[in-house]
Amino acid sequence: MVIKRSVEWVDERVGVSGFTHDTLNKVFPDHWSFLFGEIALYAFVVLVATGIFLAMFFNPSLATKIYHGAYAPMRGVRVSAAYGSALDLSFSVRAGLVMRQTHHWAALVFIAAIVVHLCRIFFTGAFRKPREINWWVGLTLLILALFNGFTGYSLLDDLLSGTGLRIAYSIALSIPFLGTWMAFLLFGGEFPSDQIISRLFFTHVFIVPLLIIGLISVHLALIWRQKHTQFPGGGRTDRNVHGIRFWPSYATESVGLFFGVASVLTLLGGLAQINPIWLYGPFRVANVTGPAQPDWYLGWLEGALRMFPAWEVRIGGVVIPNPFFPAVLLPGITFMMLYAWPLLERRFTGDYAAHHLLERPHDRPVRTALGVAALAFYVVLFLAGSNDLIAKWFGMPVETVTWVLRIGVIVVPVVAGYVMYWLMSAYRRSGASQFTKVPLAYFRHPRRGPLPRARI
Amino acid sequence: MGRARKLLVGIGTGVAVALAMLTRRHMPEEHARRGSVAAIGWAFLLSFGASVSLTVIYALGGQPQAEGAMLFVALGGLSVGLVLWSHLLMPQGIYVEERKLTFDEPEEMEEAEEAFVEGAEQIGRRSFLGKMLAAAVGALGIAFLFPIRSLGKAPGRALFQTAWKAGARAVTEDGLPVRAASLLENSVLTVFPEGHTDAADSQTLLIKTPPGVFHPRSGREDWSPDDIVGFSKICTHAGCPVGLYQAATSQLFCPCHQSVFSVPEGCKPINGPATRALPQLPLAIDGDGFVIAQSDFPEPVGPEFWNFGRH
Repeated sequence: MVIKRSVEWVDERVGVSGFTHDTLNKVFPDHWSFLFGEIALYAFVVLVATGIFLAMFFNPSLATKIYHGAYAPMRGVRVSAAYGSALDLSFSVRAGLVMRQTHHWAALVFIAAIVVHLCRIFFTGAFRKPREINWWVGLTLLILALFNGFTGYSLLDDLLSGTGLRIAYSIALSIPFLGTWMAFLLFGGEFPSDQIISRLFFTHVFIVPLLIIGLISVHLALIWRQKHTQFPGGGRTDRNVHGIRFWPSYATESVGLFFGVASVLTLLGGLAQINPIWLYGPFRVANVTGPAQPDWYLGWLEGALRMFPAWEVRIGGVVIPNPFFPAVLLPGITFMMLYAWPLLERRFTGDYAAHHLLERPHDRPVRTALGVAALAFYVVLFLAGSNDLIAKWFGMPVETVTWVLRIGVIVVPVVAGYVMYWLMSAYRRSGASQFTKVPLAYFRHPRRGPLPRARI
Repeated sequence: MGRARKLLVGIGTGVAVALAMLTRRHMPEEHARRGSVAAIGWAFLLSFGASVSLTVIYALGGQPQAEGAMLFVALGGLSVGLVLWSHLLMPQGIYVEERKLTFDEPEEMEEAEEAFVEGAEQIGRRSFLGKMLAAAVGALGIAFLFPIRSLGKAPGRALFQTAWKAGARAVTEDGLPVRAASLLENSVLTVFPEGHTDAADSQTLLIKTPPGVFHPRSGREDWSPDDIVGFSKICTHAGCPVGLYQAATSQLFCPCHQSVFSVPEGCKPINGPATRALPQLPLAIDGDGFVIAQSDFPEPVGPEFWNFGRH
């Protein structure tokens, strides 16, 4: 009764019944692989909620004071207000530690969900016309998420994050011609400036979240407008959408998923310790922690920095320093390739048509093989980011591990890509409904099997 | 039937329905619906209980692990309940909606294009005004870039020099001067120029090398009095403090990217990504026996930048 009356109240003033009716009846295709984007969205909601709480207590200032808080081992140590307030909100604010750890875990899951979502889109060809815009928006969201992850854990002015900032400054410095100016303008002078924490704070809690919210809105609006893709089969075509209705089934399930994501993140936040800044200690310019690894999503860059040989380029009086290649050029090429992918693929396949039906990975063995090769490349880089730990586990010198990974970063992607191409070609040619049902003969003679009937 | 048995039957039916949903087996509809309601009800009840516990834990002063566990149950109960509700009791039937391959009809698109071109022509007719407008807006755009310049100091010579000066005493992080005679063989000490213990670019490692180990470069024979050598502590690769010294091999290790520097060879990089030796600080011992600098470093310290060779 109340619901009915309020709907009428709004409708009489704004006239939304037509739109509302369409909205409630909108049909959503259902598949487990479509959930990763939603998980990312809900992790972001948790990030905003916990982040607002944290911002109430965090003090983004480098003014120093002697610590007298609840954490006894740190008493009497000179700390910055930023580091001190992070300790206080962890130890003295009720529920503060759970909020902080949940926030950090949510950031890790947010980016992980985006990356898996990106893989799903890539391997099923969901980026093809008319969805190129959303592919680009999604990639931009990934970059923003990576950036905000880094600014977030760099805020606390602990020894580990201070080391990360030092490296970020050196990477900025390595850019030819512009580097010195860029580093000085971004950091407010030579490292470590007194500006950096307050700038990072404003960037982390305002500028980037605002951009993320704006782009998420565009992302969702486009999905709404274009309607979700679906897998072929069961009468699904390019001109229809099969699925469940938005109201009440889909909406209820989706809200359930939100609570599920929040539930797992709070469990991690309560039970799984993360970023224990009180163990790292406050940042000191002449101190460093070891081993020092960044959060997982920057592991590939860290690995590239560690693995890249001691090369640099000198032309005339100009030097292109070593970190430029692994830490500026490599991510530059990575994201350029990702942004250009829909255009490149369309050019090589000559497929300029609009598609609403998804492809399965074995429908496109070449794309799948290239994707897997690229993933293998970044996994090896990620491993190289922990070459010191790997050396310790295996009792080998770091140099040996680094050399193995340097060879691996070339060999593993080639092998992985080739194997994937072989498996997917055999699967496609066999026309089997499941991978496990492909007759072995197709794997032995991948080129000889008959082509299946056209799928669509 | 006792209440306890009713509860057990309820749970059992709920689990059975959940399994049935997963395995897609059929069940008599009435049983299924009752079991579903029971299962969902239980999930919400569990969540309710956990939220009450959470409030109690919070009121008693809070405890991170207990808070995390209760939040997990409170939110997880809602999640399970809602997902089951949607899947078991709400219409799941396959609904079909039509969609267009592309959005607009060709005629509509053409009309829109025409309208746009017509408007643009009206602007284009005044080409003089158009150019003036472009110039004005462009100039305004460039003017708006100037505040970016305010973000930081000009790099100037800042990267080429540190706070070390001729005669500056080496002091520890706590500001205490270092007596040459007090340094033990193979000891390592981080020092700054006196009065500049906050100067990040001036951090220097003093190492008392065993006699005969250190081979000075020609022209630098008098930079290491009493076998005490001074090298910039900032890694020439990505700027981390080179924090680890292995006395047995006289090597310095950077924990960030595993660059290794050989102290006897003037801190030449012998492994890892670093391309340049750690700059050496010319040292001397003053009349009172304290370690001092003869001058600043002969070259820029720390990570390289495009014009660092022009010092």
